[in-house]
Amino acid sequence: MKKNDRKSIFLKLKNEYLGRAFAIFCGAVIVILTFSIIFFLTTKGLNTFIKHGYSIFHFIFSGDWKPEGSGDALTPQFGTLIFILGSTVVSFLAVIVSAPIGVALAVFMNVISPKLGTKVLQPAIELFVGIPSVVYGWIGVSVLVPIIKIFFGGIGFSLLAGVLVISVMILPTITSISSDAIKTIPKDYIEASYGLGATRWQTIIKVIIPAAKSGILTGIVLGVSRAFGEALAVQMVIGNSVTFPKGLLGTTATLTSILTMDMANTIYGTAWNDALWSMALLLLIISFVFILIIRKLGKRGEI
Amino acid sequence: MNSKVKDKIATIVLYIISALVILLLISLIGYIIYNGRQSLNLKFLFGEPKIGEAGGGIGRQLYNSIHLLIVTLIITVPLGVGAGIYLAEYAKEGKLLNIIRLSIETMASLPSIVVGLFGLLVFVNMAKWGYSLIAGALAITIINLPGMTRVCENAIKAASFGVKEASLGLGATRWQTIKNVVLPSAMPQILTGVILAAGRIFGEAAALLYTAGMSAPTLNFTNLSLTSKVSAYSLYRPAETLSVYIWKLNSEGMVPDAAKIANGASAVLIIAVLIFNVSARIIGKKLYESHTGSK
Repeated sequence: MKKNDRKSIFLKLKNEYLGRAFAIFCGAVIVILTFSIIFFLTTKGLNTFIKHGYSIFHFIFSGDWKPEGSGDALTPQFGTLIFILGSTVVSFLAVIVSAPIGVALAVFMNVISPKLGTKVLQPAIELFVGIPSVVYGWIGVSVLVPIIKIFFGGIGFSLLAGVLVISVMILPTITSISSDAIKTIPKDYIEASYGLGATRWQTIIKVIIPAAKSGILTGIVLGVSRAFGEALAVQMVIGNSVTFPKGLLGTTATLTSILTMDMANTIYGTAWNDALWSMALLLLIISFVFILIIRKLGKRGEI
Repeated sequence: MNSKVKDKIATIVLYIISALVILLLISLIGYIIYNGRQSLNLKFLFGEPKIGEAGGGIGRQLYNSIHLLIVTLIITVPLGVGAGIYLAEYAKEGKLLNIIRLSIETMASLPSIVVGLFGLLVFVNMAKWGYSLIAGALAITIINLPGMTRVCENAIKAASFGVKEASLGLGATRWQTIKNVVLPSAMPQILTGVILAAGRIFGEAAALLYTAGMSAPTLNFTNLSLTSKVSAYSLYRPAETLSVYIWKLNSEGMVPDAAKIANGASAVLIIAVLIFNVSARIIGKKLYESHTGSK
């Protein structure tokens, strides 16, 4: 009897417990990683305000970025408003360009021609996702920037170049999420609309898009969030000047582009370096806000 | 304007938009490959980089990219599959599951540069590994884990539908069911997900700048150590990848033919992405057919 007991424990261990333990461990890893990311970035990011005593208000609402200070008498200033504004403007303009195209593609894939949609557009969207961001940036530098320079003047490196590059990069996100939303619309809605004599376009405008609204909005918010976080492609084309953009052809900088460039040039532990970590924390907080918005949208969609 | 005419116009406009997007994709890919065509030779692909003079190759960076890809997949795939199994089979609705879901969403929406900085803080500085391949691999693991988990969870959920009860009813334990019945039939979907993730890992740069570093030391293939700084197989040496190299060429331009090298390297990256995408499709389809017996 005893021998049998031991055997059955061993068997259970082999057949169930070890596997289950592994699965639980993997789930735990995700939670632990997320919390340690939040913990480490928060403690490091708060240094600017705690260790160096810089005011949070100035950090967010002042455009005065003089990390090296100017002269002996002047203390360095870490106002990041320019970068916050730069990121915001680039992201929102990119979404304004990208959202209508993305929704149009999603409608086309599901309503107008599902056959072309699955055979051509779906793989194409996957390829768009697959193109690395440095390659987008490099095309931006070698094709888009010279074109802007020739046709619109200026130096080519500009807000416009950043917006166009980012809008191509977020197109797949908006398209695929909108497309998923349109797929889940009950067929009855669409057939009822056709049955009432509506044309396809009327059905799209009056039934399909309203019914998929929360999904489409989720796609758009995810697009903005992706645009906010994109670093290298923007950094390569936007010009990276510490100035508010003077129109679409002006240069500016974003949170991510400054982080990318300055992290290597600053000494670990200095006020300048810590200000960069605070910007990383700011990006983390912004991505949190986007998650909350998306969750809200999801809840609303369920009702 | 009557509604029929409006409908026609709208349809045409939607066709045009779709066609333009496809055209954009084709011209992007065509342009990159056409521009880099002169570089697609063995001398460039396996050549040593040069500093200050033209004619350098991308041998080291290409090797680093592949090395990093393999290490990352070795870490990411088991974790992703395990977490997918947990979410699909073991987790119960409740607070804990909500925390895990929120964690996954948080991780998925983190900008890759922020993940890279976390890697710099923890792996490079605190763990004192320095700019190293393993730090880079762990950073990209963080980026790809949420996606991997989601793919596995969905694949397992879809695969276990219908067959799970049969296996449990025959007396198999849950884990035996997962291991012997569910996972094999979820394989095609998981594999497709892995290959697509591989494409993304291959092209990732922002998270690697400050983790795997921006230098590519000489590769010494005779030293087999995994930890020695001079071994090519080492996890603890700086490993600048192809995409990081493109970024560096653009921002620093240490060589006179930087543009030519960047064009060539971009072409190599795009071709790699194409190969990953196409093979994901083919393998997914083949495995699906062999499992469902539809052919």
